[in-house]
Amino acid sequence: MDFLKLFEPKTIAVVGVSLTNDRHPANVIYNKNYFRYPVKVYAVNPKGGIYYKEKVYKSIKDIPEKIDLAIIAIRAEYVPAVLSDCIERWVGSAAVISGGFAETGRGDLKKKLLKAVEEADFPIIGPNCLGIYSPGSVDSFFLPSERMVKPESGNVALVSQSGGILVDQMVKFAGQGVGLSRAVSIGNKAVVNELDLLTFFARDDMTDVIAFYIEGFGPGEGREFVQTASRFPKPVIVMKGGQSAAGSRAVSSHTASMAGDYNVFSSVMKQFGMVEARNEYEMISFCESLSCHPEPISGKVGIVTASGGHGAVAVDRCEISGLKVPPLAKKTQDNIRKKLSSSIQPIASLGNPLDLTGSARDDDFVTAASELGRLKEIDCILVLLLPYLPEVTTDVGARLSQLYQEVSKPIVAYVPHVERYRMFIEGFQLNNVPVARSIDGAILMVEAMKRYDP
Amino acid sequence: MINGEILDILKKSRKNGWVLEPDAKKIFRISGFDVPQHTLASSADEAAGFANKTGYPVVAKVVSPKIVHKSDVGGVEVNIDNDKRLKTVFNRFSKMDGFAGLFVEKMVSGTELIIGAKIDEQFGPVVLMGIGGVGVELYGDTAIRMAPVGKTDVKSMIDDLKAKKLIEGFRGSRPVNIDKLSATLVKFSELVMELKEKIESIDLNPVICGGAECVIADARIILKKK
Repeated sequence: MDFLKLFEPKTIAVVGVSLTNDRHPANVIYNKNYFRYPVKVYAVNPKGGIYYKEKVYKSIKDIPEKIDLAIIAIRAEYVPAVLSDCIERWVGSAAVISGGFAETGRGDLKKKLLKAVEEADFPIIGPNCLGIYSPGSVDSFFLPSERMVKPESGNVALVSQSGGILVDQMVKFAGQGVGLSRAVSIGNKAVVNELDLLTFFARDDMTDVIAFYIEGFGPGEGREFVQTASRFPKPVIVMKGGQSAAGSRAVSSHTASMAGDYNVFSSVMKQFGMVEARNEYEMISFCESLSCHPEPISGKVGIVTASGGHGAVAVDRCEISGLKVPPLAKKTQDNIRKKLSSSIQPIASLGNPLDLTGSARDDDFVTAASELGRLKEIDCILVLLLPYLPEVTTDVGARLSQLYQEVSKPIVAYVPHVERYRMFIEGFQLNNVPVARSIDGAILMVEAMKRYDP
Repeated sequence: MINGEILDILKKSRKNGWVLEPDAKKIFRISGFDVPQHTLASSADEAAGFANKTGYPVVAKVVSPKIVHKSDVGGVEVNIDNDKRLKTVFNRFSKMDGFAGLFVEKMVSGTELIIGAKIDEQFGPVVLMGIGGVGVELYGDTAIRMAPVGKTDVKSMIDDLKAKKLIEGFRGSRPVNIDKLSATLVKFSELVMELKEKIESIDLNPVICGGAECVIADARIILKKK
């Protein structure tokens, strides 16, 4: 299957555009792509007519050009026939937005849909979904443009069975500054499922990290999914919906009742080096962290702080998460101390956490992080930056990020997220250092790299 | 690993939906696992004869197609150390629903573990290992992996257990022979892969592991529903 037609179409047909209801999902989709995306858009409605001075085609078969992507938003019972038309005209791919299939008990319609396309090897997303959002290329979501919150383009692909969760994650990506390569809502996944998309994104140049919201795999699909994921060197983040489902049929067996469905899911994810996010807070932290540093660490953290309290809280959280904060030898400490600015030399505490005190300057942060970068007992640097300190400037993020290029050990930062400190935050983010909005969030970012096991 | 004899046992057990303990033990013995010396006695004298030959103490368990959880109905008696007690136990068990004999085994000692498997709908055969005996449900201290598993998986399973120290030897308790445990689990997962079309789940609880061997002290195989 050629997924590129799906994500980077040059021509699309929107089937179901209404001439009477401008808020019809098909119209919303038509309008946003017509006005905002670099694609040629055709409207289809059996009644024909004129929409925005453009001809409305009675059938996809009447369009005089080859169509890369058909976005179908019509009543479920008409979908199989339209898909047959698509195959006849060599349409490259389709997203079926329409609901009313298996989720409402119309299993027969799904069968009809599959029958219509069984021989054709072309990707169909859905039905019952939002379809595809590919930054700068195409957007099949029926959400009005003015209400969509779009993350910047980036290297994380997001796949969700639920359209609602997908949109919500995108809002959070935007808020947290995580960039998106593609987003797909797969709905009932009659044709294209998680495994197909995993296989595509594993080879997709735009994508470095693949994140999934999964409600459940079909029979045996989970096994194939983890085996496939473990063959590719890209981090896969997975969040499971319906964790508490009591799926144990065999009450007479200890093993079956204790293993449960979710316990198996969670254990197998870990076994195959996938990063399981247990909630959406972890999901966003993991995506940000691995999008900047898609590499595994063993979890030996060096902490740079300007407040003893922040250092203590961070050590506690590291301990709980199974991360190590190795104490530094006296000799190492002496060596670092000599390089700090004279005002903090006598008062800094350098055992790890390295507490530079409230008098620390940018240079001290850079020195401390750079020295930690040289130590083999440390494989990740956590910087707790307090932007309200008088000697700290907005340059510090960019300077620390440069350091990352030199020491090639991942750096994670914590900066409180308020508008006033945006310059500090951007200094890190624009230079590919993940910035958390809390100490807990920063520890989760470190944890993500530890859980990833390629 | 599975042969005609094993297939016959499974076929014969189909009417019950699960494999009775003596037959399950037989499957594991044929497949090369350690099981305690045992006999299926149909009279008290026969039971006593076995106990005197192998030596007391012994364990006695009720065999009945109607009793899946033997301990729930008082159908397991451990540490029986003389003929008189063995006979009393036989008489009591013989009155139980569907009584089909008394299973008598030589006692083994060591750390009680559970080894199990289920066929998961999404991931297929998975294996479970943890602290066994009656504490299984209480503590739920288990680790799960997708089958088949290798030695490295077993090591990480042990690392996942809160009671890891119990396996490594804790306050004077003898450490479990990790190589033997590892070999048992790896082999078990291979057997599960072979049986995956026929079973729903397997419980080996307890598997008693000591310094030299891992003995399957109880085995239950739930067959796949048609």
